[in-house]
Amino acid sequence: MSWWRPSDVGLAVRSQLADAGQAARLFWQLIRQVPAAVQRPGLVRDQVHFLGNYSLAIIAVSGLFVGFVMALQGYYTLQDFGSTEALGQLVALSLLRELGPVITALLFAGRAGTSLTAEIGLMRAGEQLSAMEMMAVDPVRRILVPRFWAGVIAMPLLSLVFNAVGVVGGWIVAVPMIGLDGGAFWSQMQGGVDVFSDLGNSVIKSLVFGFTVTFVALLQGYTAKPTPEGVSRATTRTVVMASLAVLALDFLLTAMMFSI
Amino acid sequence: MQQSKNDLWVGLFVMLGAAALVFLALQSANLLHLNFQTGYRVTARFDNIGGLKPKAAVRSAGVVVGRVESITFDDKTFQARVTLELDKQYAFPKDSSLKILTSGLLGEQYIGIEAGADENNLVAGDSLTATQSAVVLENLIGQFLYSKAEEGGKPSGAGSKK
Repeated sequence: MSWWRPSDVGLAVRSQLADAGQAARLFWQLIRQVPAAVQRPGLVRDQVHFLGNYSLAIIAVSGLFVGFVMALQGYYTLQDFGSTEALGQLVALSLLRELGPVITALLFAGRAGTSLTAEIGLMRAGEQLSAMEMMAVDPVRRILVPRFWAGVIAMPLLSLVFNAVGVVGGWIVAVPMIGLDGGAFWSQMQGGVDVFSDLGNSVIKSLVFGFTVTFVALLQGYTAKPTPEGVSRATTRTVVMASLAVLALDFLLTAMMFSI
Repeated sequence: MQQSKNDLWVGLFVMLGAAALVFLALQSANLLHLNFQTGYRVTARFDNIGGLKPKAAVRSAGVVVGRVESITFDDKTFQARVTLELDKQYAFPKDSSLKILTSGLLGEQYIGIEAGADENNLVAGDSLTATQSAVVLENLIGQFLYSKAEEGGKPSGAGSKK
């Protein structure tokens, strides 16, 4: 068992620390370079277009079907208690508080995060990043910062679209298909949903998830091994790590926001 | 800065997100009906508030006329002190009485306020004394069992059937 030697344990700990340090330094660079993103809004705009507009279709369709399913499942359960008029509240609260931000973040990691990682990993593999450094262009400033801020901007907007489409989807199943009373559906929803504690926290959650997913994707791409295998591994790790981070953060945020 | 064709699409994307926010705020959360005007606060003491929570409705004749602001415990009288915030537009006589009621069989609890006959109306800081506590199921069952036991007190009917 060669890996039990103390020196190997030490090496593992040291390389973990080095990875953490690299991640922290990259994060600090991304945060510090906000002025760079403001100076060249065109770069951010093109990335918002790439990350946001192209993700719109998958987000809207997913939101619609999640709304459908929420309404159907909620109807079958609420029927037992004779309180089907609470369906609107059920659909809206579950979408706003949990499903909207979380599913959007997971889809965003799969749709946009992977493409970010693969793009930057291939730039690394093709030595484009090194070439930029040779020309005294900071690749973090020119490549990573616009993508980071574009992801942070796009993610809350996508989550809002998901929520709105999901609520409409729930309404489509509840009112025209099942035949519940539309007035009760909306009034129960309006009675149960609070603008600040539900909608506001939903936006905060999606903002945090946007930070997390985009940062994980950029970090994995930036630190990928410059080989085809390295890029493919980095892309896989983006999805795994971003999804785990989103779910863990969701638990923490929910515990903080809705505990009392 | 020159226009690019992405400008249009990104603009539409951002507007779509803003429209979703407005839709959610107005249609789901009912932002327009938020009550920003503050009402007047009165306090009341209850022996037992049951499952009443802050933000619960205060209703009169079924109409929401205010909200429960806060609930604290008074360790001098060992009662619950409930602060109510009543809408400014509604005035109630000083001797109005409060009851803790339940909407539906398993619904949430709210405070029902019944108008009294006093000529003066409640003002901020007043304290209501005529209150009726929440119905606690365990106490009801206890009373029921107690009265049953009193009725058929003499022999226990367990072996008489035989």
